[in-house]
Amino acid sequence: MRIPKDARHLFRLAGLFAVGTLSFLVIRSFIVPRSFGQYGHYRGASIAEIAAHPVHFAGHQTCETCHADVAQTKSSGKHAQVNCEACHGPQAKHADDPSIDPGKPDTAVLCVRCHAASAARPKGFPQVDADAHSNGLPCQTCHQPHNPAIAAGGSK
Amino acid sequence: MNITRRRLLVLLPAAAVAWESILAGTPEASPNYAMTEHWWSMLIDIPKCIGCGNCVRACQAENDVPDGFFRTWVERYHVDDWNLANPHVISPDGGKEGFSSTQDDSGKYFFVPKLCNHCADSPCTQVCPVGATFITPDGVVLVDQKYCLGCAYCVQACPYGCRYIHPTKKVADKCTLCYHRITKGLTTACCEACPTGARQLADLKNPNDPIHAFLKTHSVQVLKPQMATGAKVFYNALDGSVR
Repeated sequence: MRIPKDARHLFRLAGLFAVGTLSFLVIRSFIVPRSFGQYGHYRGASIAEIAAHPVHFAGHQTCETCHADVAQTKSSGKHAQVNCEACHGPQAKHADDPSIDPGKPDTAVLCVRCHAASAARPKGFPQVDADAHSNGLPCQTCHQPHNPAIAAGGSK
Repeated sequence: MNITRRRLLVLLPAAAVAWESILAGTPEASPNYAMTEHWWSMLIDIPKCIGCGNCVRACQAENDVPDGFFRTWVERYHVDDWNLANPHVISPDGGKEGFSSTQDDSGKYFFVPKLCNHCADSPCTQVCPVGATFITPDGVVLVDQKYCLGCAYCVQACPYGCRYIHPTKKVADKCTLCYHRITKGLTTACCEACPTGARQLADLKNPNDPIHAFLKTHSVQVLKPQMATGAKVFYNALDGSVR
């Protein structure tokens, strides 16, 4: 086939286009993260990164492996379904290294947060007007928080 | 080897393809957790919520949520008699320190804990221009903070107001359904800290999950069902005034 003389610039253009496409593909392979598109239109590796975040709440199962006695006391009382860290706060550090002080919750703040009388709370939920109820005495004078019924360990 | 022009033209694309496959690597294996075996959701039992704010504090402690921002929060509704269209809603500091007592006996009061609904067809993931937010194969909507530009399209798109731009990282942030916990067999921090069981993590793909029995026998609702977001946070006994 005879190529017209004045068509050579078209070949140069095509060559330039090929080089451009190739460099696009090479640059793209560097820029797009390896796992992009692994599960969908996102970086698949980010799932594992998020799953690797540190845990702060150890979970009551972990607490109970050492504090079986408290779990036993709790199991027969009204607070049976209240998990340890609901009152004691995040304790993963203490669980990893028991020499770390777990701190003692302040019942003056803690008890009323749930049990202060309020018309907004569910009607069946035990609530008291703290001042009238205890005359300023701390709750744990009568109620042992792990099993709050007075018969269960507190003194009147 | 004598590289002719013709050979180079053949070799270059082949090298490009080979390089691409080297970069792609092998997918990471997660030995104890199979994403395809779960479909996460949450159940919120409104009559059990006492508005103590434990969930909000637990979430902030677990996920280093900055002050004044919330991945979960609690709202207190006060609906005066018949006036469902105009409830009085308060959420002081997200309900983090609970709510002040009230002796007002008019109308009805109740608490509504809120969080990301981990929608199956979420508007937030659809608007992301760079693929930085997505739903995982196990049904959790996450943000890839290394990839997020902070354009806040998703913050605007969420009908539930569950996203914010992190004040120091300047990228979108939201509830991860404690993905770092649920993939280790733990429950979420908010569920762990809830004293009354008003929040329960649920796995819809697990036939033994108590949620199936609950859904059979209770009237549950999702927030804004008219938005067709496929929300997966189910509310028991949700009042019609809640929006």
